[in-house]
Amino acid sequence: MTTTALPLELRGLAWEAGGERRIDGIHLDLAAGPRTVILGPNGAGKSLLLRLCHGLLTPSAGTIAWRGPAASEARARQAMVFQRPVLLRRSAAANVEYALRVRGLGRGERRARVAAALARTGLSDRARQSARDLSIGEQQRLALARAWASEPELLFLDEPTASLDPAATHAVEAVIEAMHLAGCKIVMTTHDLGQARRVADEILFLHRGRILERQEARRFFDSPATEEAAAFLAGTLKW
Amino acid sequence: MAPLQTFHDSLLAALRLIVTFDPDLVEIVALSLKVSLVGVGLAAVIGLPLGAALAIYPFPGRRAIVLVLDSFMGLPPVAVGLIVYLLLSRSGPLGVLGLLFTPTAMIVAQTMLVLPIIAALAHQFLKDLWHEYAEQLRSLGVGPRQALLTMLWEGRFSLTTAVLAGFGRASAEVGAVMIVGGNIEHATRTMTTAIALETSMGNLSLALGLGMLLMLLSLLINGAAYVIRDLSSQRP
Amino acid sequence: MERRPFLRRLAAAVAGIALAAAFAGNAPAGDRFILVASTTSTQDSGLFGWLLPAFTKATGIEVRVIAKGTGEAIKLGETGDVDVLFVHDKASEQKFVADGFGVRRYQLMYNDFIVVGPKTDPAHIAGGTSAADAFKKIAGVEAPFASRGDDSGTNKAEIRLWKAAGVDPEPGSGKWYLKTGSGMGPTLNTAVAKGAYALTDRGTWIAFKNKGDFEILVQGDKALFNQYGVILVNPARFPSVKVADGQAFIDWLISPAGQETIASYRIDGQELFFPNYAPGS
Repeated sequence: MTTTALPLELRGLAWEAGGERRIDGIHLDLAAGPRTVILGPNGAGKSLLLRLCHGLLTPSAGTIAWRGPAASEARARQAMVFQRPVLLRRSAAANVEYALRVRGLGRGERRARVAAALARTGLSDRARQSARDLSIGEQQRLALARAWASEPELLFLDEPTASLDPAATHAVEAVIEAMHLAGCKIVMTTHDLGQARRVADEILFLHRGRILERQEARRFFDSPATEEAAAFLAGTLKW
Repeated sequence: MAPLQTFHDSLLAALRLIVTFDPDLVEIVALSLKVSLVGVGLAAVIGLPLGAALAIYPFPGRRAIVLVLDSFMGLPPVAVGLIVYLLLSRSGPLGVLGLLFTPTAMIVAQTMLVLPIIAALAHQFLKDLWHEYAEQLRSLGVGPRQALLTMLWEGRFSLTTAVLAGFGRASAEVGAVMIVGGNIEHATRTMTTAIALETSMGNLSLALGLGMLLMLLSLLINGAAYVIRDLSSQRP
Repeated sequence: MERRPFLRRLAAAVAGIALAAAFAGNAPAGDRFILVASTTSTQDSGLFGWLLPAFTKATGIEVRVIAKGTGEAIKLGETGDVDVLFVHDKASEQKFVADGFGVRRYQLMYNDFIVVGPKTDPAHIAGGTSAADAFKKIAGVEAPFASRGDDSGTNKAEIRLWKAAGVDPEPGSGKWYLKTGSGMGPTLNTAVAKGAYALTDRGTWIAFKNKGDFEILVQGDKALFNQYGVILVNPARFPSVKVADGQAFIDWLISPAGQETIASYRIDGQELFFPNYAPGS
């Protein structure tokens, strides 16, 4: 992409609920390129951080700003996939088409993109089936197809394979890889270390609402800089 | 007259009316269906989006409106009839319309009666459904109006139930249509007001026969709705 | 989706049909009709089914009757919601005209009331010729009595009889004196079910299909005659009143043709209503 809304700049970002600071003092620049995986124990605030970046939550303090030349279009250039796929009660193809109609695309353009997205995710033969009748792995791939069809430059994924078996997980990771190769920035949360090793180019380690480490993936796994990260990798981190 | 005899006679009375396509009966049934279907139709057109809006859009005073709507589900038909009567009476604010004792007045009364039911039920159904969809739809960039339409379509099965509940209330009530319609022969007599009249004239068998016919009609309409549901749930 | 514009069109079509149906049901322009407020006893007697078609045939004017208790019927006149009153309570009718709601009262016809009750006749009133005496006996043994209790013409006649009998039944309300607050038919249903005496007009009784083991026990007393009056609602008060057609109805009722039609209404061969219009009455 020649014009982009990235980088995304977070300064002093905080979010609280019920008197508790669940996200605290985040400084972060997300730039195009590396697949960013946010790692951390349950309750660290991974999902909250993702939602703040995507605009689903409003920060209690601090700023979130898009600094690229196409910053004004940032909203339309992102997509998000959730842990449980949320699909409408209609066919697989219709679900993808819905997202495109929301964006105001014409019928011809929509048809083309739907077909391409389903093909790329291996769901072409499921096009006319009711989305809710697909297996959960297929549904998650459909959610990805829907995201891909809108040609986002940034894809947020919140524990996308937490509910899936190894085969489905593998299929989903393949799609994520393909989108990355097509130029989409990936920002994903997971608590699955194996997945993080497979997918990440860089790791953000989150603990109690703070970013404790930001590191190139291999170096993070070989020699984490902080005690908490080491404990987490060893499986001994207490919340 | 022994109760069993009355039931036996009423079955015969009902069958006789149906088989001979008694013209008075046809007229009464047609008016009943027209008043209730149109009334429920209008109530649905207003009530479904209203319930959806209450479920989806946060705005101050929303909870108060929901509370009022839920309470109005239990409005006694005769009270609604009285209110509409006072509004439409020649001495009332809308008297110039000359609508009292016409089918239109009956439709108005039934719409007012059914609207809270449909809106309150729609709100309850869709509030839960919205929980499921809210984040994803916002992520896709769906605007408020489109979100409402999408939710109405997604919830179509449960919402059909709400509309049928409304229809059940409308077709079964006699208080409102009696007061605003006047039970005028060949003009505003419906099945329920006819039942009331025949009962008051002591024609219990005929009254019960009409009652059975009313239940049969209700069964048919509900049955049709279920068939439509089944058919459409098979298509994606 | 292609469905969206289709749905919108469908919704518009349905709404259009609904509105059309809603208004189509009302009388198309050119249909002449008047609204007449009358009583449930008159309607239940079946008189209107006999009388009105004759009038419509003669004049082309349809008559739509709203049947309520006398009190409610008169109220309909006081709010200007009907064109003509056709009721049977002289005192209320005269007040109606005196208060400016009606133009003029015409004396039209009379029917009579009867006292009905169970064959077992616990108060032994059968065959009596004085209604007031019968009422006194009923109160004496506190035999069940079903009253309409709805401010109707029949109800007011009943109250006058209690007065003539020198008895106040109110203390017995809920015990032996049962006030149903309903029309004649429902009250008779209650009476038959409870084996209670009742005052009813002959017409309703003859047409009533749920008599059980009840019989006519007292009849013929002059005090049981029930006079009907017909009044045009005052157009000076309510401009919406259909003056010409309403007056046409009254004129026909008091005409020889109308009076003859009233007299010729029979049930089981019995005449129910006795026309007695006299000019200047």
